[in-house]
Amino acid sequence: MINILRSEWTKIRSVRSTVWTLVVTALLMLGFAVLIGFSLKSSAQGPVPGGDAIMSSLNGGIFASLSMATLGVLVISSEYRTGGIRTSLMAVPKRLSLLTGKIVVFVAISLVVCVVASAGAIAAGLVILQPPSVEASEVVRAALGSGLYLAACGLFGLGLGTLIRHTPGAIVSAIALIMVLPTVSTQLPGTWGRTVSEHFTTNAGQLIVSGGSNGSLGPWSGYAVYLAWIAVALIVGAVLLQRRDA
Amino acid sequence: MTAIRATSLSKRYGATVAVADLSFDVEPGQVTGFLGPNGAGKSTTMRMILGLDRPSGGSVLVGGRPYAELRHPLRKVGALLDAKAVHGGRSARNHLLAIAQSNGIPDRRVGEVLDIVGLREVAKRRVGGFSLGMSQRLGIAAALLGDPEILLFDEPVNGLDPDGILWIRTLMRKLAAEGRTVFVSSHLMSEMAQTADHLIVIGRGRLIADTSVREFIGRSSQGYVRVRSPRLAEVAELVKVGELHPDHLRVTAMNTLEIGTLTARAGLPLEELTFVPPSLEAAYMELTKDSLEFSS
Repeated sequence: MINILRSEWTKIRSVRSTVWTLVVTALLMLGFAVLIGFSLKSSAQGPVPGGDAIMSSLNGGIFASLSMATLGVLVISSEYRTGGIRTSLMAVPKRLSLLTGKIVVFVAISLVVCVVASAGAIAAGLVILQPPSVEASEVVRAALGSGLYLAACGLFGLGLGTLIRHTPGAIVSAIALIMVLPTVSTQLPGTWGRTVSEHFTTNAGQLIVSGGSNGSLGPWSGYAVYLAWIAVALIVGAVLLQRRDA
Repeated sequence: MTAIRATSLSKRYGATVAVADLSFDVEPGQVTGFLGPNGAGKSTTMRMILGLDRPSGGSVLVGGRPYAELRHPLRKVGALLDAKAVHGGRSARNHLLAIAQSNGIPDRRVGEVLDIVGLREVAKRRVGGFSLGMSQRLGIAAALLGDPEILLFDEPVNGLDPDGILWIRTLMRKLAAEGRTVFVSSHLMSEMAQTADHLIVIGRGRLIADTSVREFIGRSSQGYVRVRSPRLAEVAELVKVGELHPDHLRVTAMNTLEIGTLTARAGLPLEELTFVPPSLEAAYMELTKDSLEFSS
């Protein structure tokens, strides 16, 4: 397995699109923290409380989640587009090992970059907003939560990429599942509709960022529900990877 | 030991049969040509050998085992399928490095194969900008990474210039001379005539011939005498056994001396009287004419 991990690390680091997508993710986090920080500062009457300052600094996550999902899609769909998947499968004919290697390397890189970018965004927001008091534990929790959430969005992309294989189709599906459908689901009628909406992909997953709850779920249970959605994409993708001709 | 053994191998895509009940052995120490018209099922067979496509029936073993069960497959088998199937954004060195690492092949081997194929100078360039010839060399470098005893090349000379063709031909001969198994597909008989020792010919996914190159020529074709004359119609009438074409007469039942004597006696002038020896190309056309997917 260590051989596969080294190989996947070489693959992911040696392509410009990886580096660029990660840079874009970090810039989105920082940029929105600065933008919203200044806008909030000018509109607020009196000082902004510490908790609000932290949360407003993480607004870039809405878009950073999509750039991470795109990267996740590309990790595998670019191999299908170029035909490089055949080279990969000739080198590693045990297809689940290949997929596992991709997942491990991608998640490791994503976690590091997303936690650091989130921490940077919080720091920028706090510098601008100068809240009267900030709890260090809350800063750490929010940075880790945001990092975990964004890395999960990337993994969602990787699962959809494995499943769909075509870059545009997989990216559109990722946008639908991460951004569009969760919003649409809030319009579902009745208590049943409300429960579905609260369990729907990022509606559940985002709770880890805010640390709050949405009625049905808390931060960790919400994150677990989001991971279950991702697991479905990955498992179906893995089954198809095993069965399909490359 | 037999390097590659296909047993009743078949592959269907829906109602289309790509490969049907194909059995053959590929032996080490020689170049085995895998020949057939376009669409005959050569690439499909190669993908099944490499575990990329799942056979609909039958099996194929590499070194006695299914490809997917090889522990470090690239140390046993090297293959070039489609030279352009690489991520264009990666440098040649990184492309090879990722492949080497996956099979625990030491990093320094990357430099060695870059030297073998003559790409050392461009190792840091992105492969998206490579010409077809350079891509072909990169693909061969990847195939050689694990110093494998079995090598598969799918149409390796397609689109190459004469220099490149000669280089690949020489390399394949050298690899076979080292005792390795070289299995190379082509739709060009003339190419195989100069490279291969043994031939496996398929058409419409079925085995047509499994024979040495020499036997192949001898068995399925014969030479003929080409006669041209300003008075061709009269010559044809005289010779009787010829087959008349617009600008020449083709004779298989008589030799040049017999025809020459006959026409000299009749006082008929000849422009040309040539024995055309049997060629692999002719033998191949003869064999595959019934199995062409599209006839022109």
